[in-house]
Amino acid sequence: MVNSYSKNYQVIVVGAGHAGCEAALASARMGCSTLLLTIGLDTIAQMSCNPSIGGLAKGHLVHEIDAMGGEMGLNIDATGIQFRRLNTRKGPAVRAARAQADRMAYSARMKYVIEQEELLDLKQGMVDDLLVEKGRVVGLETREGIGFYGEAVVLTTGTFMRGLIHIGLNNYAGGRAGELSAEGLSGSLKRLGFRIGRLKTGTPARLSARSIDFSKLERQPGDQQIKPFSFVTDKIEREQVDCFVAETNEKTHQIIRESLDRSPLYSGVIEGVGPRYCPSIEDKVVRFPDKNSHQSFLEPEGMRGSEMYPSGLSTSLPPDVQLAYFRSMVGFERVEIMRPGYAIEYDFVEPMQLRASLETRAVAGLFHAGQINGTSGYEEAAGQGLLAGINAARRCQGRDPVIIGRDEGYLGVMVDDLVTQPTTDPYRMFTSRAEYRLLLREDNADQRLTELGRKIGLVGDTRWEKYLKKQEQVVAASQIIKNKSITPSDRQVVEDLDLGELKSGVSLELLLKRPEINIAQLEAVCPELSEFSRQALEQVEIAVKYEGYIKRQLEQVERFREQEEIKLPADIDYMKIPSISTEVREKLINIKPISLGQASRIQGVTPAAIAVIHIYLRKQNYA
Amino acid sequence: MNTSDTIIAPATAPGVGGIAIVRISGADALSALLSYFRPSAASATLESHRLYYGALRDRSGCLVDEVMAVYMAAPHTYTRDDVVEIQCHGSQQVITAILSLYQEHGLRLAEPGEFTYRAFISGRLDLSQAEAVSRLVHAKTDSARKLSLEQVGGALSREIYSLAESLKKSLVLIEAWIDFPEEDLPDEDLISIATTIENAKSKTLTITSSYTCGRVLTEGASILLLGQPNVGKSSLLNALLGEERAIVTEVPGTTRDFLEEGFVIDGIPLRLVDTAGLCKSGDVVESEGVRRAEEKIPSADLLLWVVDSTKKLDDLDLYVYNRCVGVPTFLILTKTDLVAEFGDLSFCNFPIYQISSKTGVGLDGLRRGISSFFVGDQISAPEAVMLTERRHYEVLLFCLDCLRRASELLVDGSTLELLAFEIREALDCLGKISGETSTESLLDDIFSGFCIGK
Ligand SMILES: Nc1nc2c(ncn2[C@@H]2O[C@H](COP(=O)(O)OP(=O)(O)OP(=O)(O)O)[C@@H](O)[C@H]2O)c(=O)[nH]1
Ligand SMILES: [Mg+2]
Repeated sequence: MVNSYSKNYQVIVVGAGHAGCEAALASARMGCSTLLLTIGLDTIAQMSCNPSIGGLAKGHLVHEIDAMGGEMGLNIDATGIQFRRLNTRKGPAVRAARAQADRMAYSARMKYVIEQEELLDLKQGMVDDLLVEKGRVVGLETREGIGFYGEAVVLTTGTFMRGLIHIGLNNYAGGRAGELSAEGLSGSLKRLGFRIGRLKTGTPARLSARSIDFSKLERQPGDQQIKPFSFVTDKIEREQVDCFVAETNEKTHQIIRESLDRSPLYSGVIEGVGPRYCPSIEDKVVRFPDKNSHQSFLEPEGMRGSEMYPSGLSTSLPPDVQLAYFRSMVGFERVEIMRPGYAIEYDFVEPMQLRASLETRAVAGLFHAGQINGTSGYEEAAGQGLLAGINAARRCQGRDPVIIGRDEGYLGVMVDDLVTQPTTDPYRMFTSRAEYRLLLREDNADQRLTELGRKIGLVGDTRWEKYLKKQEQVVAASQIIKNKSITPSDRQVVEDLDLGELKSGVSLELLLKRPEINIAQLEAVCPELSEFSRQALEQVEIAVKYEGYIKRQLEQVERFREQEEIKLPADIDYMKIPSISTEVREKLINIKPISLGQASRIQGVTPAAIAVIHIYLRKQNYA
Repeated sequence: MNTSDTIIAPATAPGVGGIAIVRISGADALSALLSYFRPSAASATLESHRLYYGALRDRSGCLVDEVMAVYMAAPHTYTRDDVVEIQCHGSQQVITAILSLYQEHGLRLAEPGEFTYRAFISGRLDLSQAEAVSRLVHAKTDSARKLSLEQVGGALSREIYSLAESLKKSLVLIEAWIDFPEEDLPDEDLISIATTIENAKSKTLTITSSYTCGRVLTEGASILLLGQPNVGKSSLLNALLGEERAIVTEVPGTTRDFLEEGFVIDGIPLRLVDTAGLCKSGDVVESEGVRRAEEKIPSADLLLWVVDSTKKLDDLDLYVYNRCVGVPTFLILTKTDLVAEFGDLSFCNFPIYQISSKTGVGLDGLRRGISSFFVGDQISAPEAVMLTERRHYEVLLFCLDCLRRASELLVDGSTLELLAFEIREALDCLGKISGETSTESLLDDIFSGFCIGK
């Protein structure tokens, strides 16, 4: 018996994890009446695994989400308890922010923000079935017997679709430890014709802080000078904590080796594919037998609670083995496990069935974001959620979808990878995936995407004005360093900067090109510069120091764009194009690339096929 | 592939033909032609599809060659873009000069098959032919792996492959250091990276320097005759050709400008260039010829310093000798049918050949010397890598640039991502020859090589 809900929505978001929250907030903020439906109202924006945000490429994603008006950056800034910038000794393109969150505070703040959003209704409920009419999604039905109607649906199901938890050889259905799984939805998707696959991920045990001897562990403090994630955060207010470093040893490995017959992974119970970059400890011990120790960062899950997260030690071994191997480690001799680690298998929908807007090709109005697309990571999920929410809203408003290029952001790299490359294991972002890495930096995420966010309607006045001000400062400061010169008669400056013999005047710009001179030094000798913000000066410095490389990357981008700009019309009939192989034809029909460039990145599509399509387009006067 | 810029390439096969055609295609074709070409009939504009005779002069106004040129306006051309064809003398020097003139002007050297590719892209070729053409296009992009590499017996392929492998190993490490700063990876050992880069640099250098030899076999080589007036240069040219091509008189200064003739020794296509005798002369015309003769020295593959054996070596001979130092040179003593007077030659390290153009004595020995100079070592060492394609050569030069910049970056470890950028570019270059995109499986290598996962 299903009851139709009296209110009709424009956008319905299913799941309130990192993807769902961004999707729902974006849609509501863009003016669409939005419903956010989730299995548990107490686990909003839950950090199911590592209690941290950011890191290489992931920090980049958070900065981009923030620049477009998403929530993640603000949320971690408000609830972070240890901030640490990575790669500070490497170049600006590969420096990244990372922060530990107070897990409960992170979740609570996100829930609060969602509750405050005017056009957004937050409700508890589990979706059993999608309602589709004539190839269009029109709503969904919950297990509780309510029918919700809307013009677009965003599915962000995380690990909940047919989630199966493994602890040792025991397994049971669940979306996360202690939470229900969604059993109906993936069947509904299968009936709609979607190809469903199965992946696996895992998490380590949580340890009781009280039972750990921290005096035996190395302490790891955060940064003194904190650089927040969000462009609009000025200062991190929250009290900060330390992390610790623990290590496994030969004894630990021996315990693990002797228990492999009780591992669901090695006894063949688990069929889903796990992430290559995040192997379980049993995997590491087996695959790297020569390593006699593995490092683990011990991270507090919150300011107050006692739970500690031991990174790098995810497992699906039985609880008694987990306890035994932990207790073999220094500092953990008397450790108590509060929650055992486990592996979880879940259904995902092969993302090559999506358009670059994250809308499914099979069902109009249906969008997928996050782990349902075979990705892993909070930041990857949030990024897709934001884009799916934006495009669901734009669809309701009759606007074209927003698609970010590989040259414009990691967000673009990720979506393009998802829709063109087959998923072999959970997808995670790395900086090495970005061809134009030198251009896609955390420090210029605002310059790359704030204007887009403003156009879409997600960037409010405060952020916009702050952004414009920074841009003005960058221009003005560049002008100054171009025009102002140091001459041999400026003795004091020459001495301060240790310039040696100056034959004639040198512009500050030229000085800045020297590796040994930085903008802070110029600021000291040129008081006019100290009027500008640190962020503005940083941009000037990077632009000058990396000018040659930035120019070369821009040239690469130019070459890349040429094919990117040849659009493949939606109504192109690949059956009518002769001389391409059946295999390629099928791929093109299935994937429907938006541009010739994207088509060329699909595995198996040959340069010859691309040439044939190009010529066909010309004949049809498309291009 | 970019299809919007203007490209240039020889349209005729390299060899010893009398006439060669250089083809230009793209929007700038006509303006490029008119930048250097003046038709002899002073018509204001060039009509499409009509052949004009005229002079091609470089920036400084020096004559490059007398040519026939035709401009064909789009779309009734092979590529459907504006096309220009320049018919010039078949000598490699002339072709090279024209190509470099236009490359400096901003035109890009066409990839093999690129004119056909453009013809195809522009829709000039019918769709019914697409199957066949697509195979051709495919062969082009995969060409390195499939075709040219097999042509050179796989040696180049193996060399490129091992070069790419070693660079890729370094790249895997660098990418791991960048993306996983918190994992316990091998230490950032820039010294081992530096060693790899240095090795790659010297290997690339070896391959690129084999280009001259490889090119000689396919494109031919040029031999320049130098000597003071009246020593018998023109006679030697005639003797080697077996034909009276150059005018020979007993008056010094007979040859006023250079004269170029093609001939073949042991299958090597050669261009023999006779010049005006080198001397400081008051005669303006001849000194112009002398200047041009001296100008040709750097582009010659081999110099023949011709000395009259019946005369004592004098200042003029030494003047010529000094021009030859540092360039591969043979010393030719002529007129050995007469009484020798030349004196002490022990200061000179060049191989010496004594010949008589009159009797023919010594000519065979000279021929053998020339042949083994160009290909001798290579033929006896079949495994040595020889670069024959200009495209490969240019790609490797670019690769070398990247490697050079990489080793400069290595001085300071704060630039790992720039180092990665250079190595990726270098690998892309190698990929253009081997047909493999080498960064594809980078992540696989990182995860299988290092224990990553916090
Ligand atoms: N006996 C003898 N006479 C020779 C020989 N080679 C050249 N001669 C003579 O030397 C004179 C000069 O010969 P060319 O070949 O014109 O000399 P060249 O070096 O080209 O002179 P320019 O063009 O004036 O620089 C002519 O009278 C030739 O007949 C030779 O091998 N034996
Ligand atoms: Mg002569």
